[in-house]
Amino acid sequence: MEEQVVEVTGLSRSFAQKQALEGVSFRATAGQVYGLVGSNGAGKTTLLKHLLGLLRAATGTVRVFGLDPVRDPVGVLGRIGYLSEERELPEWMSVDELMRYTQAWHPSWDAAYARELLETFGLDSSKKIKDLSKGMRAQAGLIAAVAHRPELLILDEPSSGLDAVVRRDILDAVVRAVADDGRTVIFSSHLLDEVERMSDHVTLMHQGRVALSGVLDDVRRDYQRSRVHFAQHFDQPPVLETALLMDGGGRAWSVVHSGSAEQFRRAVLARGGEIVESRDATLEEIFLARAGRSRPQAEAA
Amino acid sequence: MDITIHLNDGVPIYRQILNQVKYLVASGLLQPGEELPPIRTLALQLKVTPNTIVKAYGELEASGVIHKRRGSGTFVSDTRPQLALRQRRRVIEQRIDALLAEAHQLNFTDDDILRMVRERRAAMDESGAEPADDKKEVKR
Repeated sequence: MEEQVVEVTGLSRSFAQKQALEGVSFRATAGQVYGLVGSNGAGKTTLLKHLLGLLRAATGTVRVFGLDPVRDPVGVLGRIGYLSEERELPEWMSVDELMRYTQAWHPSWDAAYARELLETFGLDSSKKIKDLSKGMRAQAGLIAAVAHRPELLILDEPSSGLDAVVRRDILDAVVRAVADDGRTVIFSSHLLDEVERMSDHVTLMHQGRVALSGVLDDVRRDYQRSRVHFAQHFDQPPVLETALLMDGGGRAWSVVHSGSAEQFRRAVLARGGEIVESRDATLEEIFLARAGRSRPQAEAA
Repeated sequence: MDITIHLNDGVPIYRQILNQVKYLVASGLLQPGEELPPIRTLALQLKVTPNTIVKAYGELEASGVIHKRRGSGTFVSDTRPQLALRQRRRVIEQRIDALLAEAHQLNFTDDDILRMVRERRAAMDESGAEPADDKKEVKR
């Protein structure tokens, strides 16, 4: 079995005038959960489509299970379960027909597991896909993606637009994929809380590039959020070395910073401030710091 | 097993789990020989990646708090955890530092804090060792 389930190196791609991906590298090891975050248009779906062989690499290489998904679709796609963002499913099929259709492509289809999920979700398998509600479509798509117990599960915005019950179904499926069979999951999401809970690794994409990528706990430790109190009142956020994002006003500010903690501490002291509290940044804070719109900072006096 | 995850704590999830299990064992709410939930069950319950549970259980095992019985699950160990004094001090010191900073921010003196520690301990002993909720307001 290949060591790396996914290996993307230096991947670049443009559509019309737009650079959708630039120099993207991404690795996935078996048995881990990879969370992919970024604004709309950051390149998440484009990256995932390359893994599925739906797009061919213009520059760089894409390997899934050690194979090129474009040149070897049979070797790759049969081992992947995919839930697209738009829940692309054959509208005219019934849920039952979808199950049988998917099963035909995947010899590892577990009919008992599929039945169990249908029952748990309360899905009427005779219903046509086009007559399903949004939540039910996601459930049907999820069953089709997971019931053949794929080595690699790729979920593009699986929770978007879904209620808490269906979202939990999806998270459960992810947990079971990893816990039961040591399989690999890559999922993109805007729900950063979910990404924090469910990811072992996180990759933040911004404007076609990888802004950061690493073990989630390590990434969070690299970014600190500190509460700072200043002696003087500031209308605009004061410039502080290593600070990436500042929120607050007057004398009390909340700062997300990265790099040397000592350098930050000295910068705060130099501006007449005191660090009240520091903790690892949340994923949301890191996201805003690296991919958000910045607030103009006050120059040093 | 009653465990709660807070995402904005600044504490990695695996460490929150680890600390809470240690607390449950130290307070007797988890007895020696009692079985811990399997990794998959706890991951589903807490809605976290199973590898987080693996990491937490791994460290608990390394520090002797729990042990795996061949093929049949994970159990609380009979012996007390063998953490070095320095490590145990560090855990508590971190919490004290955070407490002092917050207290300073909320205008409590060190004497206030010491007094409140004794009051909370007395209340705990009285009510039968219910762990205090971190988020509860401390009335002045």
